Amino acid sequence: MIPELGHFALVLALFLALIQASVPLLGARRNDSLLMGVAGTTAIGQFCFVALAFAALIASYVQSDFSVQTVFENSHSAMPLIYKITSAWGNHEGSMLLWVLILALFGALVAIFGGNLPDRLRANVLGVQSWIAVAFDLFILLTSNPFLRIADAPIEGRDLNPLLQDLGLAIHPPLLYLGYVGFSITFSFAIAALIEGRVDAAWARWVRPWALLAWTFLTLGIAMGSYWAYYTLGWGGWWFWDPVENASLMPWLAGTALLHSALVTEKRNALKVWTILLAILAFSLSLIGTFLVRSGVLTSVHAFASDPTRGIFILAILTLFIGGALALFAWRAPILKQGGLFAPISREGALVLNNLFLVSACATVVFGTLYPLGLEVLTGSKISVGAPFFNWTFGPIFIVLMTVVPFGPLMAWKRGDLLGVAQRLVGAIAVALIGIAVTFAVEGGGPILVPFAIGLALYLLAGAATDLIERTGLLKVPAATALARARGLPRSAWGTALAHAGLAVTLLGIIGETQWGAERIADVKPGQVLSIRRYDFQFDGTTERQGPNYHELAAHFTVRHAGDFVGVMEPSKRTFPSRGTDTNEAALMTRGFAQLYLSLGDVTPDGGIAVRLYYKPLVLLIWLGAVVMAMGGALSLSDRRLRIGAPMPARRKAAAMQPAE
Amino acid sequence: MTRKRRRLVLIGSALAVLAVAVALVLSALKDSIVFFNSPTDVVERHVTPGSRIRLGGLVKDGSVVRGNDLAVRFDVTDGENTIAVAYQGILPDLFREGQGVVTEGVLDPSGVFKADSVLAKHDENYMPKEVADALKRSGHWNEGGGQKVGAAPQGRTQ
Repeated sequence: MIPELGHFALVLALFLALIQASVPLLGARRNDSLLMGVAGTTAIGQFCFVALAFAALIASYVQSDFSVQTVFENSHSAMPLIYKITSAWGNHEGSMLLWVLILALFGALVAIFGGNLPDRLRANVLGVQSWIAVAFDLFILLTSNPFLRIADAPIEGRDLNPLLQDLGLAIHPPLLYLGYVGFSITFSFAIAALIEGRVDAAWARWVRPWALLAWTFLTLGIAMGSYWAYYTLGWGGWWFWDPVENASLMPWLAGTALLHSALVTEKRNALKVWTILLAILAFSLSLIGTFLVRSGVLTSVHAFASDPTRGIFILAILTLFIGGALALFAWRAPILKQGGLFAPISREGALVLNNLFLVSACATVVFGTLYPLGLEVLTGSKISVGAPFFNWTFGPIFIVLMTVVPFGPLMAWKRGDLLGVAQRLVGAIAVALIGIAVTFAVEGGGPILVPFAIGLALYLLAGAATDLIERTGLLKVPAATALARARGLPRSAWGTALAHAGLAVTLLGIIGETQWGAERIADVKPGQVLSIRRYDFQFDGTTERQGPNYHELAAHFTVRHAGDFVGVMEPSKRTFPSRGTDTNEAALMTRGFAQLYLSLGDVTPDGGIAVRLYYKPLVLLIWLGAVVMAMGGALSLSDRRLRIGAPMPARRKAAAMQPAE
Repeated sequence: MTRKRRRLVLIGSALAVLAVAVALVLSALKDSIVFFNSPTDVVERHVTPGSRIRLGGLVKDGSVVRGNDLAVRFDVTDGENTIAVAYQGILPDLFREGQGVVTEGVLDPSGVFKADSVLAKHDENYMPKEVADALKRSGHWNEGGGQKVGAAPQGRTQ
């Protein structure tokens, strides 16, 4: 009964989406406020029904209702409750339902918090948002129905892919989708603007918070995915330049560019056409990512099923939306009123430069990701484009981008003073030079790039601090005054500084992990000691254990640092009989920002075991930097609500969790 | 600065950044692309020793020989040709005899493939997509014999 209820709710959501996709747009054309008003109600209704469907799916998983096909294929009655819940989206059908749920959530948020939008814009935005909903509701109902029943219900399920039986599955996909799918709203805003033929500073002000919200979640989602891959795959790597990772990086890069260009549109009423194009591109790249990951063209832990009809369906959606949006853009963009041009040396100019670099970096990732697919279709030869390609293309572009980042916030709008800014950055440059010198002295030999990379990270960090110091007058005025000024600073200024500092923190982590780490692979026997960077690992032996739905072989290591006991590490291998697969559970020990990483290989016939041992200095900074960036995003977001003089009662402002613009 | 000059500066810098990006991509394409080969491809196309390739196929039954210090040798076959592979390190969890594997490395002059990474990049039916396609080409693909690509979840460990 419950699955049927869910199925029915999804069908109702589709019908609401169809109404929302047509009636408000008609209302906007005829200027009929009654018809336009329909959008708000249907958007909230749509979300409620999709949420009901999603709840029904989760209920089926929690009850281990194996008469439902997807539950049978992806769940097991012995799994812990948390995995029973998360396995609802650990498969193709359920993850698409989550996708649609978040799409509907963003529609509902616009309906609830978009009260101060002009009626026509709101109606158009929600209408366009609903086109996407119709397409993906149909996709689920026609090709990927999660509520399909099996005639003879099996007694036991086939279990969830063991790699996914992890807390990461509870966090990573929802965060990532909040980001990925969140860009649907900025897409809808862009299309609505093209339909109306009007873009102004107000439009940019309304779009920016949504872009910021999506960006913040996407940042966290990518970081979480990276950390999950790092600890669960047993290779100690945190980024593989794998197509599925690139699929999330591409919208992030386009979204970051969008955030910055929307700022120019908001403040200077310029770059309008470009901002619209970026909004379209960011979501198009999200759609391409969905296609790559969900259609089965790639083999990966993310690709759940290779049913060709699904791939073709998503390809059709992709072509329709990207093609349609770009065609509309080509047709309508020329009628948008151009904003003024501006001096190259100015805040606007710096933001344009930022956009150039981000978009070029994004283009190299798009190329590297799609080239192998294109080549295979055209010539049949299979190639792999891996880390060396991206390090050589994406890397240099990003390094140059990072050297100009501190200039942006210090530059004045309209007409900047390059020399003045450079003078204010003298402190940051000095910090960088000291960093380079110290690193060079400590390193002695080693790759010459390392000291410079450290210098770059320190310069970025000091540059972000410089902006705050300049604004608060710290070092020039008494501390109390500076503190008062710091409190008075708009939160977006703190947000900018944090986000830029986060970039520096991540860079530091990447340098530390890749350049100063140590790795050992060895075959150890009980009693034997392995050493790495003054850490001694004594292998004490193995124990066998029985988990709820797996069998585990755990190896016991006593860890000493310079002779002192610091703890035990217990990496293990798990065998899941229901799937006949093994997983590797690496053991991690955090020492400051560094981590010790231990994972197991094969057991050798003579009682030994192969182990991989890593010492990873500063590795935690990689993800911490992303968290700092996201905090910057969140701070900036909280600022917009306070600063924008939207006609809205003060009390509702405080209660509103989401940006009210 | 006149409008025209400002526009020129904008377009000029855009083109400059784009040109650099294109140059980087082209140079990277020359050096860092790795082609996938089946054992038959290696034999027929005369892959030059020393060039970096991916070699994929089935791990031949009974061919895995382990040596000291995690050294391991095995044969990769596509049913027609077989290439010996030498590797040192930890094999992926899902490495099995008789099942699909993708290795990356260089061919040495004596015809042994020195792999520096072994990927268990495949679905739960132990068949990497590249290997499945290669086997289909060489006609050694038995549908249903544990090698079907079903509608079931896929996993990879890389």
